[in-house]
Amino acid sequence: MPAELTVLTGADERDLTRLDEYRAISGYQALERARAMAPAALIEEISNASLRGRGGAGFPMGRKLSLVPPPDKRSGPSYVVANADESEPGAFKDREIMRRVPHRFVEGCLIAAHAIQASNVFIYIRGEYLAEFLVLEAAVEEARLAGVFGDVDVVLHRGAGAYICGEESALLESLEGYRGQPRPRPPFPPVAGLYMQPTLINNVQTLASVPAIIELGVERYSELGVASAPGTVVYSLSGNVNRPGNYELPLGTTLRELIFEHGHGVAEGRALKAIIPGGSSVPVFTPDQLDVPLDFDSVQSAGSFLGSAAVIVVDDRACMVQLALRAEKFYMHESCGKCTPCREGTRWLVQLLEKIEAGEGTQGDLDLVVNVCDRVLGKSLCALGDFAVYCVGSYVAKFRDEFQQHIDEGRCPYGGESSIEGVPAPSDQHTHTAMAEVPS
Amino acid sequence: MAAADFVAEVQRLRERYPQGRSAIMGALRLAQERHNGWLPPEALRDVADAMDVAPAQVEAVATFYDMYNLEPVGRHLVEVCTNLSCALVGAKQVVDAFEQELGIPPGETSDDGEVTFRLIECAGGCGYAPVVVVDHWYREPTTADDVPGVVEEMRAR
Repeated sequence: MPAELTVLTGADERDLTRLDEYRAISGYQALERARAMAPAALIEEISNASLRGRGGAGFPMGRKLSLVPPPDKRSGPSYVVANADESEPGAFKDREIMRRVPHRFVEGCLIAAHAIQASNVFIYIRGEYLAEFLVLEAAVEEARLAGVFGDVDVVLHRGAGAYICGEESALLESLEGYRGQPRPRPPFPPVAGLYMQPTLINNVQTLASVPAIIELGVERYSELGVASAPGTVVYSLSGNVNRPGNYELPLGTTLRELIFEHGHGVAEGRALKAIIPGGSSVPVFTPDQLDVPLDFDSVQSAGSFLGSAAVIVVDDRACMVQLALRAEKFYMHESCGKCTPCREGTRWLVQLLEKIEAGEGTQGDLDLVVNVCDRVLGKSLCALGDFAVYCVGSYVAKFRDEFQQHIDEGRCPYGGESSIEGVPAPSDQHTHTAMAEVPS
Repeated sequence: MAAADFVAEVQRLRERYPQGRSAIMGALRLAQERHNGWLPPEALRDVADAMDVAPAQVEAVATFYDMYNLEPVGRHLVEVCTNLSCALVGAKQVVDAFEQELGIPPGETSDDGEVTFRLIECAGGCGYAPVVVVDHWYREPTTADDVPGVVEEMRAR
């Protein structure tokens, strides 16, 4: 196994959607080795590898595993749930993992099942991913028929279009057959998750990273990445960049290397204006932050989050008010409506930003945008409310002059020439949605 | 009453889960496939019957998720992603091109019932933007110049 890759290893050379091809590069041998280990020892191995969740929160997988009570300390079954509901704007890596290395992902699920002694794995895949579902379904059936599963049953569950279902407790609600609305916590899923039974829920890439840990061993795995977060991550690179795409690299790769070496720089020779380092929900970076290493702790120290390691490059043709408005319309559309701050805050922000972009905003409106962001933060059951204000709040903080210019000049300074001028959003189609007015 | 084969198929779905209620999303998908891509009131009732839950519970689920259509849709479905990464590389121009080619704005179905055109986000194809999804298959990237060909190809099916 080349040391550079741990998730997409071998996919360039072989058709790893086929079981025989995957086996030819020692596929499912990590599972055999894991099954020969006592569950507690397996959990210790994963803990020692310091594998942090790749879905957004960066929570150590080993700790999650150890929170699931073993059979003698629980009543009834435990479950493994794989979160394949990738829908963070900017992220498209789980899709590639499922399409190109489905067996490695399944192998990770089965290793996790052994660790918590679960006999059911549920894979919740977003509804839009039809091609990926078909590849994964075929791989699962092939592995099942070959007897790879042993006593474990693997069920694929298709979503039906809801960003919120990528949030773990909303996903569990959805998987149980309800509206995908988050649950109050505690209890956390390892204690009471699916059907209120102990549940390990991890993202696709996290699970697909597990076989390499077993295969390479903790020491070799830890040679990759940084000490606080070993291993590789698949960075999704998109926006105004010459070579967008997924790049699996060691954690801690700098933005500069990702964008300028792997991505061949800003498209059409334009100037870099902003970088969103972890999917649309995280605070934005400016070009002076290009040397920030993309690992969990470094990005957080620099004032943002690695999130799903989805990097969106924005060049100087984009109006930041328009970008904020477009991002916020997404969160307004995807807010499940359960918590008032998120439900109403996103609506207020959209209205205020529309007013500012139209050149009709007052100083009070801009102050209110900042105020709403402050008041929504940390006030909802899940992180969607936070996401909805991290983006807008940071755009205002970092590009205050541009927002101010809209107010002072009574018009968008781009004068109709912004690259995202007039881009419509799905929420613009729902004219029947009642919307509370921001009181004047 | 729901058709016997539908009930049987839903029953098979229910058996895959420790608690049958989990099959409600799959049952709705199935019902939608059987009703030309949307869920008329009788389809929701059939799902409630087959799932053995109250109709209101089915409606609660059906109204939550974007992919359940509660109004009739065209024989073809054209979806354009306009979230950040697609927006930055010309999604607006792609939307305009489809609007011109199809003769309807996003959010509408053509009068002949052939095509429903709508906006989606985020499709998860940000690195291959702009992303267009035709009849559930991703077509990425699709630029404004590609649109006439995409529509022609689709209409021929």
